[in-house]
Amino acid sequence: MSRFDADDRGFFGEAGQWGGRFMPEALVSALDELTDAWHTALADPGFTAEFETILREYAGIPSPLYEATRLSEQVGCRVLLKREDLNHTGAHKIRNVLGQALLTKRMGKKRVIAETGAGQHGVASATAAAYFGLDCTIYMGAVDTRRQALNVARMQLLGAEVVAVDTGSGTLKDAINEAFRDWVASVDHTAYLFGTAAGPHPFPSMVREFCRGIGDEARAQVLERYGRLPDAIAACVGGGSNAIGLFAGFLEDDDVAVYGFEPGGDGVATGRHAATITAGEAGVLHGARTFLLQDDDGQTVESHSISAGLDYPGVGPQHSHLAHVGRATYVPVTDAAAMDAMALLARTEGIICAIESAHAVAGALDVARELAATKGPEATVLVNLSGRGDKDMGTAIEWFGLGRTEKEVEA
Amino acid sequence: MSTAPAFARAREEGRAALVGYLPAGFPDVPGAIEALRTMVEAGCDVIEVGLPYSDPVMDGPTIQAAAQQALDGGFRVADVLRTVEAVAATGTPTLVMTYWNPVERYGVERFARDLAEAGGAGLITPDITPDYGAEWIAAADARDLDKVFLVAPSSTDERVEMTTAACRGFVYATAVMGVTGARTTSSELGGPLVTRARALQPRGADLPVGVGLGVGNGDQAADVAAYADGVIVGSAFVRTLLDAGTDRQAGLAALRTLTEDLATGVRRGSAGGA
Repeated sequence: MSRFDADDRGFFGEAGQWGGRFMPEALVSALDELTDAWHTALADPGFTAEFETILREYAGIPSPLYEATRLSEQVGCRVLLKREDLNHTGAHKIRNVLGQALLTKRMGKKRVIAETGAGQHGVASATAAAYFGLDCTIYMGAVDTRRQALNVARMQLLGAEVVAVDTGSGTLKDAINEAFRDWVASVDHTAYLFGTAAGPHPFPSMVREFCRGIGDEARAQVLERYGRLPDAIAACVGGGSNAIGLFAGFLEDDDVAVYGFEPGGDGVATGRHAATITAGEAGVLHGARTFLLQDDDGQTVESHSISAGLDYPGVGPQHSHLAHVGRATYVPVTDAAAMDAMALLARTEGIICAIESAHAVAGALDVARELAATKGPEATVLVNLSGRGDKDMGTAIEWFGLGRTEKEVEA
Repeated sequence: MSTAPAFARAREEGRAALVGYLPAGFPDVPGAIEALRTMVEAGCDVIEVGLPYSDPVMDGPTIQAAAQQALDGGFRVADVLRTVEAVAATGTPTLVMTYWNPVERYGVERFARDLAEAGGAGLITPDITPDYGAEWIAAADARDLDKVFLVAPSSTDERVEMTTAACRGFVYATAVMGVTGARTTSSELGGPLVTRARALQPRGADLPVGVGLGVGNGDQAADVAAYADGVIVGSAFVRTLLDAGTDRQAGLAALRTLTEDLATGVRRGSAGGA
């Protein structure tokens, strides 16, 4: 039990401060049942062994640690990438869904539901459902189904039903609302595979534990290869599952600086962003007390990010706690800075990363430059490259004006 | 003010109480006040004023649409207090039904104070449970406001006991597993839940148990009134106003007809009694 863990009621920090379970009574028994099943699984070596076997044989995990040498040259110190983009389905999210789906199977439920923004969690959930032979319904904002038609097709090919959600802003938060509505009516036979380390207890803690392999593996990989820990670690933070998975491995290492990079959109000053911790205020959304973007009346304010996977007005409550106590530092990265980093990584390392992950790269490069100046070339920054960029090519084409050949440009 | 006298009177008359819901600010603030006062005139014993919220996870499409219309129309939290004041002035106990974050944002203590000053009877809180509602419980107790928490068919006996012990005014039993919305058939889950909500109350509490979610007409109201102390109707009222569109007078007339049908219904079913 870490000093950063939640208490039995799901609160991080002083009692009642962050997290908790602000939920309709109809779902409380299911959340209790899930908490019990998860605790039982955690204590069962058989569960852990099965989970690790599936991750290894099916999902290609542990993911490699890669020293980005040409990128390192640019900033003057060592930049390491945890290659979660190489996982099956292209992101860290497969860890969480395989963990939750394995738990679902153990609980004897036959159906899973999930929300998705960009579609990555939806694709991962549909994949896990296919793997375990479960029925699967994915809720996705109607705006997002149009933005991410390819992922809709992938989910359908994997056998999932995709429901477009028209209510509210038609994006991720509304998809979460709709998934909760489904769950209230279906809870006796359905598990809700929550896509990030947010929501009511036990999701913030459970999702972190299913994702903590990112941090645990990376810590061991860095130690083995370099005989030391990194000076700083970095991840992007939307809901915050990849970040909390990375951070979990390093929170007790007081000398390791922890950075979360938030979606700064057009810039925090413009109001068009999703930098929840930087610019939000404490409140309750989707079952947890956390930083969120809200107006004076407590109505959720729509968020904006070029990255659909980070476009969420809330954030996992443990991140709020880590920010509050100063164990982690959260900094916004604009759309433009993230896109620059995406291009830089592609050209210097031959890696097209997800725009989500590009936020982490952009922020980490700034941290690396500062560290290089103070500590020299041996300084080491570890970045979680949480996903690959195939899904983002439409956005990249538009942003960079790609896809035209020389001749056409001339004409 | 409390809802208790309204339930007591209904019980004396050997019937269930009719509890009617509309969101504040729908179709606009004065329109909601007029509609709620119409419902009072036509036979509602208790009124619930909804506080429109951006993320209503327990509501079906009908109430979502009305809440969205209110928000699009510029609804502010102060409007719900204004609405309560206007409706409570009729003498009919008036509660606010709200998701939690707007209250937390307004300030729990401040909300309790302003609600009490507006003549409100208390709060129905669909997304907090007593074990996470200590701040509200303290604020409500300080001002003798009703605390209406929900019990569900999925609630364990232990949780029904804990929840009913924290309630003041009445207990809200959700008779179906699902979100708000009128349904064509009566739920078989309501009766057993009411029985549990009565049996598991603290000794001597004798809190009325209202049943909500799904009731849309007088016949269904009569069915529920046969086993519950209160019949809670929301989506059917909202639907009536939505269907009337911009014709306000037609909407109010239809609302009156529906209320009268439901009021007749709660008198047809024989009240359960504890």
